[in-house]
Amino acid sequence: MSESKQKKENVNDVVIRLAGNSQDGIQTIGGFLARLAGRSDQEVITYMTIPSTISGGPSIFQVRIGSGEVLSAGDSADFLLAFYQHSYEEHLSFLKEGGVLIYDTEYVKPDVDDKRFVYVGVPITGLTIEAMGGSAKDKGKNIFVLGLLARMFSLNVEKLRTLMSEKLLNKGEDVLRNVLVAFDAGYGYQVDNVLDRYYAFEPSKQVDGKSQVTMDGNQAMTLGLITAGIRYGAGYPITPWSSIMEALRSELPKYGGKFIQVEDELAAISMAIGFSYSGNLAVTGSSGPGISLKMEALGWAVMAEIPVILINVQRGGPSTGLPTSVEQSDLLQAIYGSHGDTPRVVLSPKNVEDCFYVALEAARIAKKYSTPVIILSDQALATRIEAFDEPNLEELVVDPQLNLKTRPSDYLPYSMDKITQHAPPGTIIEGGKYPVVTGLEHDEAGHPSGNPELHMKMTAKRREKLQILANEIDIPEVHGAQEGDILFVGWGSTYGPLREAVLGNTKFAKKLGHLHIRHLHPLPNGLETIFSKFRQIFVVEMNDSGIYGYGQLATLLRARYCNSSIRSINKTDGLPFKVREILEGAKRLSGDAVSNYSAYPYE
Amino acid sequence: MSTTATPEAPREKLTKKILTADHPTWCPGCGDFAVLHAFYKVLEKFQFPHENIVTLAGIGCSSRFPYFVNTHGGHFIHGRAVPFATGVSLARDDLQVFVFGGDGDGFSIGGNHLDHGARKNVNLTYVIMDNFVYGLTKKQTSPTSPIGFRSKTDPTGAVDQPINPMKKLVTSGATFIARTHATQIKHMMEMYQRAINHNGFSVIECLSECVEFYAGAFDAGNPRKGGEFNLIDEKKFDGTPEDEDRHDTSDSMAAYQLADMEWPGIFGVFYEKDRPTKNDLENGIIKKAREKTKEASDLELLQKTFNRLK
Repeated sequence: MSESKQKKENVNDVVIRLAGNSQDGIQTIGGFLARLAGRSDQEVITYMTIPSTISGGPSIFQVRIGSGEVLSAGDSADFLLAFYQHSYEEHLSFLKEGGVLIYDTEYVKPDVDDKRFVYVGVPITGLTIEAMGGSAKDKGKNIFVLGLLARMFSLNVEKLRTLMSEKLLNKGEDVLRNVLVAFDAGYGYQVDNVLDRYYAFEPSKQVDGKSQVTMDGNQAMTLGLITAGIRYGAGYPITPWSSIMEALRSELPKYGGKFIQVEDELAAISMAIGFSYSGNLAVTGSSGPGISLKMEALGWAVMAEIPVILINVQRGGPSTGLPTSVEQSDLLQAIYGSHGDTPRVVLSPKNVEDCFYVALEAARIAKKYSTPVIILSDQALATRIEAFDEPNLEELVVDPQLNLKTRPSDYLPYSMDKITQHAPPGTIIEGGKYPVVTGLEHDEAGHPSGNPELHMKMTAKRREKLQILANEIDIPEVHGAQEGDILFVGWGSTYGPLREAVLGNTKFAKKLGHLHIRHLHPLPNGLETIFSKFRQIFVVEMNDSGIYGYGQLATLLRARYCNSSIRSINKTDGLPFKVREILEGAKRLSGDAVSNYSAYPYE
Repeated sequence: MSTTATPEAPREKLTKKILTADHPTWCPGCGDFAVLHAFYKVLEKFQFPHENIVTLAGIGCSSRFPYFVNTHGGHFIHGRAVPFATGVSLARDDLQVFVFGGDGDGFSIGGNHLDHGARKNVNLTYVIMDNFVYGLTKKQTSPTSPIGFRSKTDPTGAVDQPINPMKKLVTSGATFIARTHATQIKHMMEMYQRAINHNGFSVIECLSECVEFYAGAFDAGNPRKGGEFNLIDEKKFDGTPEDEDRHDTSDSMAAYQLADMEWPGIFGVFYEKDRPTKNDLENGIIKKAREKTKEASDLELLQKTFNRLK
């Protein structure tokens, strides 16, 4: 940009919202931007919405890139790129005052008299067609826009070209050539005619020297499972779980494993349990509607004490609900769903990186305690892209072992003295008495029994192993104030906005802390000590406050700790929490001003 | 993937005595006793390594089977024995996987799984003890109850068209389909043996009387009760004129037509065909993928994937 008469403006935290229709390929640009940020050691979080219909409809992709810690996709945008009039009209309110509106002059007629914004009109469609030739129609305008953004933000063009080549390698040279033509057209556009400055990211503050990897939550979960040594699984397609099963289906054979697409959700969990029973810990997963269908078989796994990993990528419910929106309304189902007393483990990742680590932990717990482990992810985590430090694979990778060591003649599958560890078929049992693994209440040998005392003992056996597990879970760290006025408690994908809410408020009078719970069942020990240090405890959840006024985690915490200062901040609009919404909720509940919050890390 | 196993010790011969476990909970006179007995006898013949035999079931009277056989066993939930067993079969080619169940488990609550296990051609043997009634819950109409059968849920007689198991299995793509009668031990054993020898999804429907709730249901197929036990005359491919009329077990249309015969129908192998099993197909996918990766280690593969995401 040597010849430019533009001013250079350094930026360290930028939110760009791309708004168009789902067929415009804005996810592709967003993906490239996120990957580029990751490769440049910038922090990045993306956020997208897609319509649940196949043939398009309004869609957005939002990228937040920062030189420091980026925790959420941002409450408002610095840049809005609008492909259509409806994109402009619907998303203008999301643009900050002083923000830049970039729009396609062929489709968007903005109200330029509104002086709150900077207007950058570019004939995106026309220039794309001009560059690519008449037959291209407006295909490729997403890449044109990528070129445009590359110029505006002085992005590393070489890295972007490499990324595009990698991504499009298998689509043929022609496709790649066309894409690069569109990119060059965008990059070559004389944006200085309409904008008096260009932007440059400050170098990242990241100094640990580790490479970053960039992916979405479902990818991280998939790779976590593979690293954990999971080689078998079964599933049925449902949004937003499908991309995990698709990836496992294509990846596992490389590792000698099998992932089977089956006829329904019942078969999926049944087959996964069959794999596990055969000595190979397996995974299945789904989203709300499918999880409901899996509940009976899950109960069998609890009763028979067969380990299995069940992933629930939560979406809006009940019933078919909101397939492409986010909600955290399956917590109580995860903990209590299925009939009878069915103790099982429930974990929830806090961000994309944690999707990787939570899968590893789920596998470890499932095997050690011979129990089903449910992982509660959600639509927001599944689809958003983050950059994070590359995991130490050498240290983490688990060799899947099929253990068929001969068992002694006194082997009991359901011994009262220890945590069940099954002998998979193929295991020789000395003395030749072979076990039946069963969903009927049973004695230590696995024989069915309705004996009242035995049922009490076995119920306790299945519960006690989770109480033992609770002892080995670390007490979670409190972020922000360690004691004070308000403790925010969250779980799952609300981690980013909650942490940001607390960090952004350090200079205000109210002392805010943030506790995030990854181990939802069993809960870690010692939470009561943390709770006792705060005057008010607000549990922030994307679910309904219910008939009695408390969200699902809040209900559990109140029941366990009998602490009346535990209250709820809920919402059910199908969108991730904004930092502002959390603070407004706190203000409402605490009855006085928390702060005159303004978006971190500005000011 | 690595396996830890203990080296072979000299083996004791598998006998009915060794294979016998808990005393069956079935009512005296239940047809299932004979199915169990035939199973012991067939296992005596095959002499599989004891620890490699797996007996699995769903829910129902007949699904109690695993408790009565001293092998590794699994008593799963109602209707889902086939997908459960599929997991066991696909992960462990070294095992002999048997599934036992009844008509409710197989044709009603598990009907969809039966279709898909069949079309996938999972390598296992499934014995359906069909008694035309729900026995464990004490006499309700089952998916194979004939029209007019009086039960607690159809006090004036069943009105719904029953499932025709042979037709269902032919259309869903099972690769070994046989029909037998619990009073005919020798025939039952023959069907067992052929099913076990078949590589793929082998299903035997065994008419097994519920003496408590549907006594005499299968007398028409029992010569000792004045019935006729008619066998399928299988084509010998010997070029003789009489061979023309015999049943070609690889002909699915002919199998379908045989299934239409008047009650009590005909017994034997309706259909038998070699088609790649799900086990073989999945192993093939692995083989190709492994070749493509040039037998890379787990760590190398993972590292490669992460490098792509940098």
